[in-house]
Amino acid sequence: MSVFLEVVVSVLLVFGSIIMLIGSIGLAKLPDYFTRLHAPTKASTLGVACILVASMIFFSVQLGHVNLKEVLITMFLLITAPVAAHMLGKAGLHYKVKMIDSTKNQHLAKKAYLQQHPDDK
Amino acid sequence: MLTYAILIACALICCALALNAWRLIIGPTTPDRIIAVDTMYINSIALIILLGIHQGSAIYYESALLIALLGFVSTSAFCKYLLRGDIIE
Amino acid sequence: MDKLRKFVWFPTPYHSVLLWLVWQILHDFSRGHMVLGAVFAIVIPWIVAPLSEEAAVAKKPIKALMYTFRLLIDIAVSNYDVAKRVLQSNRSLKPAFIAVPLDIKDPVPLTIFTSSVSLTPGTVSVELSDDRKWLYVHVLHLEDEQALIKLIKDRYEAPLKEIFGC
Repeated sequence: MSVFLEVVVSVLLVFGSIIMLIGSIGLAKLPDYFTRLHAPTKASTLGVACILVASMIFFSVQLGHVNLKEVLITMFLLITAPVAAHMLGKAGLHYKVKMIDSTKNQHLAKKAYLQQHPDDK
Repeated sequence: MLTYAILIACALICCALALNAWRLIIGPTTPDRIIAVDTMYINSIALIILLGIHQGSAIYYESALLIALLGFVSTSAFCKYLLRGDIIE
Repeated sequence: MDKLRKFVWFPTPYHSVLLWLVWQILHDFSRGHMVLGAVFAIVIPWIVAPLSEEAAVAKKPIKALMYTFRLLIDIAVSNYDVAKRVLQSNRSLKPAFIAVPLDIKDPVPLTIFTSSVSLTPGTVSVELSDDRKWLYVHVLHLEDEQALIKLIKDRYEAPLKEIFGC
């Protein structure tokens, strides 16, 4: 394995894991449910994509032929992360989780909740 | 150099997993715990891929793919359960 | 029971190509698997196509590719943005809900639009109104509501309308 590729793989690995750590810090630190929804859906997805690209380069060099298998996981995660985030947001609205008081436009959340439960005034 | 990079990455991801476990324990609500589980499975994919690079074998790829598939399914099942109180209607 | 469909050789050409490609990626482009994948790519759509509903098809593939590239760049930018906000003090955060009026109605472009909103700077789509006219979006840090709605509509909805021709 040439030095250049080794540097590329190492940088991608460390960069990806730093982004994933930031996502988890956001999950642990941010003040309420809906803000906590932001950090993992974005940061963890990009972080794991970096690590998968690094793995792709590494195995392409090691096995001696083009190895694109990790692209499948990356694409799958990129497609499913927003869907999971949408479902989690819906579940949060349904559960009436607490929001911090500085949240603007809380009537919209109320409206979306009433739409899920038309008979609950 | 790659050896050190893998070690550093492993340490960072383990810290991330510990933070997720912290959120999983303290809650405070059920949706929060679901987000924590969702993030944990993404982090464990990265950990498995790192193990594969460390040992130089490509066979861990399949397990990573399986975790990705089952993780998404389980997250949507959890959400469906919270939304409807039932998974298959 | 509705009337029998006319037999078509390739009911879903895009899906056939995608299936073949995924099979090749999983089996490292060996010759035997190219033939086997081709057989699967032809036979499986015959069985599955009658089950699926009519869905919108991208009419301008090149524009769709450019949209994908811009989305990837936006994902990187959004990560920088969110990481900055997470690591700074969280006291100054101004989270908000906004309602984005929708022009597109078809399920497929709508799904792509909501996914794009979720993956880009500081916004997560939370709920869709029943009549598909409003999309409720949660924003991590809101400065100017109207400007953000206009940005979302211009940047993601207008190209999608053009790509799917609706």
